[in-house]
Amino acid sequence: MGLIYNEEQQQLQDSAREFLAARSPVAEQRRLRDEAVPEGFSLGIWKEMLELGWGGIAAPEQYGGLEFGFQGFGPVFEEIGRHLSSAPLLSSVVLSASLLESMGSEQQREKLIPELINGQRRLALALDEDCRFRPERVGLKARKDGDYYVLDGKKTWVVDGFGADGWLTVARLEDESLAIFLVDATVERVQVDHLNLVDSRNHAALTFDEVRLPAEAKLPGKDALLALETVLDRGTACLAAELLGMSESLFERTVDYLKTRVQFGVPIGSFQALQHRAARLYVDLQLARSAVLAAFECLNDPEASATERSSLVSLAKWKAGEMAHRVSNEAVQMHGGIGVTDELDVGLYLKRIRVVQVQLGDSDYHCERYAATLR
Amino acid sequence: MTDIEQFRLQTREWLEANCPTSMRTPMPIDEMVWGGRNLSFVSEDQRLWFERMRDKGWFVPDWPVGYGGGGLDPQRLAVLESEMRRLRCRPPQINLGIWMLGPVLLEFGTEEQKRELLPPMARGEIRWCQGFSEPNAGSDLASLQTSAREDGDAFIINGTKIWTSYGNMSDWMYALVRTGPKEPKHAGISLIVLDMNSAGVNVEPIDLISGKSSFCQVFFDDVRVPKRQLIGELNGGWPLAKALLQHERRAMSKFSEISLPTHFDLLEYLRRYLPDASSPGEIALQQRAVSCLMEEHAFRLTHRRINETMRARQDASGLMAISKLVHSEQERDKFEVLLDVMGQRALGWSGDGFSERELALTNTWLNSFAQTIAGGSSEVQLNVIAKRVLGLPEAK
Ligand SMILES: Cc1cc2nc3c(=O)[nH]c(=O)nc-3n(C[C@H](O)[C@H](O)[C@H](O)COP(=O)(O)OP(=O)(O)OC[C@H]3O[C@@H](n4cnc5c(N)ncnc54)[C@H](O)[C@@H]3O)c2cc1C
Repeated sequence: MGLIYNEEQQQLQDSAREFLAARSPVAEQRRLRDEAVPEGFSLGIWKEMLELGWGGIAAPEQYGGLEFGFQGFGPVFEEIGRHLSSAPLLSSVVLSASLLESMGSEQQREKLIPELINGQRRLALALDEDCRFRPERVGLKARKDGDYYVLDGKKTWVVDGFGADGWLTVARLEDESLAIFLVDATVERVQVDHLNLVDSRNHAALTFDEVRLPAEAKLPGKDALLALETVLDRGTACLAAELLGMSESLFERTVDYLKTRVQFGVPIGSFQALQHRAARLYVDLQLARSAVLAAFECLNDPEASATERSSLVSLAKWKAGEMAHRVSNEAVQMHGGIGVTDELDVGLYLKRIRVVQVQLGDSDYHCERYAATLR
Repeated sequence: MTDIEQFRLQTREWLEANCPTSMRTPMPIDEMVWGGRNLSFVSEDQRLWFERMRDKGWFVPDWPVGYGGGGLDPQRLAVLESEMRRLRCRPPQINLGIWMLGPVLLEFGTEEQKRELLPPMARGEIRWCQGFSEPNAGSDLASLQTSAREDGDAFIINGTKIWTSYGNMSDWMYALVRTGPKEPKHAGISLIVLDMNSAGVNVEPIDLISGKSSFCQVFFDDVRVPKRQLIGELNGGWPLAKALLQHERRAMSKFSEISLPTHFDLLEYLRRYLPDASSPGEIALQQRAVSCLMEEHAFRLTHRRINETMRARQDASGLMAISKLVHSEQERDKFEVLLDVMGQRALGWSGDGFSERELALTNTWLNSFAQTIAGGSSEVQLNVIAKRVLGLPEAK
């Protein structure tokens, strides 16, 4: 692929747009919020997404995937953003299935990956412990005790962690290295608390109080931090695409409003002060799109080095985040009073954008990470 | 092997054999070769590269052979360009005539005009300048007043042009003049070409904030221009001017691509002048600099996207419309950061207290202000994006 979608990606985008517009428009997001659905998504629509094959986009054929390539997630997440749709595609497939693929035993992979991509099972990644994203700062302890491991500590901002069948939990071993444990939701002494953020999605806090796990709960793969980095890069690119989709939709709504809202006897879009601000948002959107597509191109390229990958992924999240921030603030401002009402969808986009901006690292984090690739 | 693969191989071989290695390095601004009567070279390699490309007709690879071009079809042109990029060949010469007037002549000129004007242009023998702006006609170009009065087989030109880049070093000018003083403002303009040696032409370079410059004011005092030097119809100059400005935008965006990276590489300066940022202020400055680099990276990717979009025959007009604005503003922003990184070392004006590069930096920084004004100011670019790309309504 290059910096424009190829034919297959275009088809994927068209079908995703058609499906989401019909089944998961913004009104559905509003319903989930108003009814306070604790999972933050509709199980029925999630099943339909999986029937469309979204779960298997990147997974190898041997585990029931389509092996379309990671690039397929670009257009899908863009459309998810555009329609403000919620689904555990990021948590259970992009993050969890990828992590199992690189760190799980053959047995785990053969059993769990097919279940994740067809929706029989839903997993979430339990990594964050602090309010600022620092994947290497893990305090949750895993102590060896005979044939068991004992986990003790806390996790927070676990995306789709509420109601999950289990959590891939990042823990620190006694030798200070990192390991990943598959913690089944049925084990005792894990407390799950729902964290209700401005986006009304599914975020959870997990408390592990001396949780005993069988030794095979620890994923056997080597170098958990390295595996995690690759997987997080994938997730980060998807979030950047979601930001792009949300911003584009919000921008289109705003430009439409500039053309139709009349004050002083003219459409407000004829005021140059607003025209120039809108034009600058367009510029930012285009730069962000180029960066997001470059990140997907790189993630799809088996020859790309880790440095290239982190440079392009961080560029994409940074640029998409900065851009989305501006677009959402301006969208509210340019709508005037109606812009701050709950009735208008603009506010729903603004709130979701803020959450995605900080998920898996905000602009400062990714600027620093990009800087590290320049050394 | 297909013909096109064959052509690629031959081209590659020819370039490897004929492009001197010193012409395969990034090109400092002051080593650009401008064609024209006062042609000069800073090295033998430069001269060789110029002459070899000229003799191939590859200053203008896609123009017809009859007009001095290389006669390449679009496919072969793309091959040549990609092979030149692969070897990092410098452009053998720079000439506004080729970039802007040439394509307009090819489309709108008479056969006689093409035969007379294009071959010397294609061989780099005549250097051209652009006489559009006037003291009272800048962004609002169509309000220009330089007059051309008919007198037998000639026009008599009176008035003045300003900001004429390299007016003092150019051989010929293409100019917009008012031939219909009573017509509505867009309908009374014609495009003419004239020899800068004509009697009554006076050229005065303008001092800029960066110091001496080659931006000039040109005065016309009863200058006689033969009528056969009118391009297109009488009073039909405006659509030609618009076509020409479009070629200018395309050329500028191509030019910014070949002249990148500039020889003021922010990263390099960061390593030299701010090697181990440790205080909160220095760290904040470093982050500001990295943001600049990231914006530049996103712009380079956007450039690639423009090329890929055009190759896929999709609409790239929105992306093209942002190119000049983004490039000129990013350059300016970069210098602002460099100034903060280097403190007074970036503010030297002259003398031995500063290295040549430091003085060149001051100069380039001050010049960067001109880039957001020349060729359509940032505000005018934003107007174009707002109206043509976003479809926002005109002010009443
Ligand atoms: C270095 C340099 C090289 C140049 N080379 C050439 C050349 O070779 N040939 C040539 O013909 N010309 C050349 N120009 C001229 C250039 O095209 C003009 O300077 C430019 O079009 C702006 O015109 P102006 O300077 O008269 O500014 P003005 O048009 O008077 O603009 C003044 C300010 O008003 C703003 N403004 C104007 N109209 C609007 C609007 N509608 N909406 C919002 N803001 C507006 C402008 O953005 C600017 O900030 C060059 C200029 C420079 C600086």
